[in-house]
Amino acid sequence: MAAKPVPLVTADTRTFWDACAEGALTFQRCAACGHVQFPPRPFCTACRAAGPGTERSAGLGTIHSFTIVHRAPTAAFKADTPYVLALVDFDEGFRLMVNLRGGPPSDARIGLRVRVLFEPLAGGGALPQVRPLVE
Amino acid sequence: MALHAEAASAALADAGLRADEVDGVLCAYSLAEPHLMLSSVFNEYFGIAPSYSAAVQAGGATACALVMQAAALVRAGICRNVLAVCADNRLTGLGRSGAVAALAEVGHPQFERPYGMSIPAAYALVARRCMFERGVTAEHLAAISVTQRGHARRHPKAQARDPLTMEQALSARMIADPLRLYDCCLVSDGGAALVISAADAAADHTDRAVSILGYGQMNTHEHAFAMPSLTDFGCRQSAAQAFAMAGLTPADIDVAEIYDSFTITLLAELESIGFFPKGEAGPAILDGALELDGVLPCNTHGGLLSYGHSGAAGGMFHIVEAVRQLRGEAEARQVAGAETAFVHGDGGILSAHCSLILGRA
Repeated sequence: MAAKPVPLVTADTRTFWDACAEGALTFQRCAACGHVQFPPRPFCTACRAAGPGTERSAGLGTIHSFTIVHRAPTAAFKADTPYVLALVDFDEGFRLMVNLRGGPPSDARIGLRVRVLFEPLAGGGALPQVRPLVE
Repeated sequence: MALHAEAASAALADAGLRADEVDGVLCAYSLAEPHLMLSSVFNEYFGIAPSYSAAVQAGGATACALVMQAAALVRAGICRNVLAVCADNRLTGLGRSGAVAALAEVGHPQFERPYGMSIPAAYALVARRCMFERGVTAEHLAAISVTQRGHARRHPKAQARDPLTMEQALSARMIADPLRLYDCCLVSDGGAALVISAADAAADHTDRAVSILGYGQMNTHEHAFAMPSLTDFGCRQSAAQAFAMAGLTPADIDVAEIYDSFTITLLAELESIGFFPKGEAGPAILDGALELDGVLPCNTHGGLLSYGHSGAAGGMFHIVEAVRQLRGEAEARQVAGAETAFVHGDGGILSAHCSLILGRA
């Protein structure tokens, strides 16, 4: 069976993935204008200033939208179906696409509060995912 | 390339033009037969040597973008007769699973593909949010596929012509919840081509040309996680540009051919463009708004959902159908007295938008 695609790290994103391997979710905030952005880039997409700073997220967010995937894009994901694909808005103001873990797909709903977790990747590193936040 | 050539030959014959009178060629891309310079590959294969040639890649917006670019080339005096051609043999060249896997590669290589994103899943994210914010229901979406299947049954060249009921659409297998099988477009072989000429050049060759009254474009993002909104899209601005150029409003449109990669694509665009107020497209569609005698006859050939989807050619099928409607050549699916047509294409995850307004010459 074909392996799942793993993130192909670039110079832009090496800091992000290195942090994931250490269990930290990071994002960028522009020192000049305060704009929050993701994924990392060497400039601010709002004011074009160079070198936005990297900050650590508290890892808490809210599901903005989700789907339960029944038809996998490739054979590598077939055994996982049905799985939840979600867009999560993290509290600091950036959005990630993730899978919802830690419960049945029917738990997913818009507005669900979630916390980041990190799944080990084959070949090293870790992929950020989320699970429902239990207060 | 044979599909490209067949479509090009048919378009030239229809326009009354010889191949050596073509001085501009615009084409798209092909998943089944990819090449870095597809327009040059086509020119060589077809046996022509145009002075201007380029390939364009804007997903489902490509066909409309080709017409917009051709019109601009003609208006600038660079070309007299531009051939715009699109084709792909996705069904026989890639197969259904191959096409799904190939298209999933448009997902971001680091931040989407590792999560098992597919194109239907990305549009399902839009559908879920539209249900949450706009009150869109599964019935609204099913009514789109059922209406368009009815149109396709009147088109002898449509790929899917079996009857489709609301019950069948609502109970079909789930692809990416809330999108079921009939909410998703077909995978097809096919091609389509158009000739865009200066008005006086067209008049020398044919009396059946239609006019390009307006066009516009808007590009807001590429990847699903970067969508500025999941309920409002760049078609708002692209359509507004086209309507302003044409001096028309949505109420003036007799027939609409709007990109329908998924049922939710069409519903969201109908509201973003302004054909229906927010939250009202779904109920209107249930009431028959998109039927041939409805307030906005739409996707009269059956669209990507039932006529067919051959990559960029899928978007061009919408333009071809608009031309046929304006010429009164749409036979059993003719909208009576159609004088203005709105055509829209979108590529990516509702990322790239291009709108055209055509009129009876």
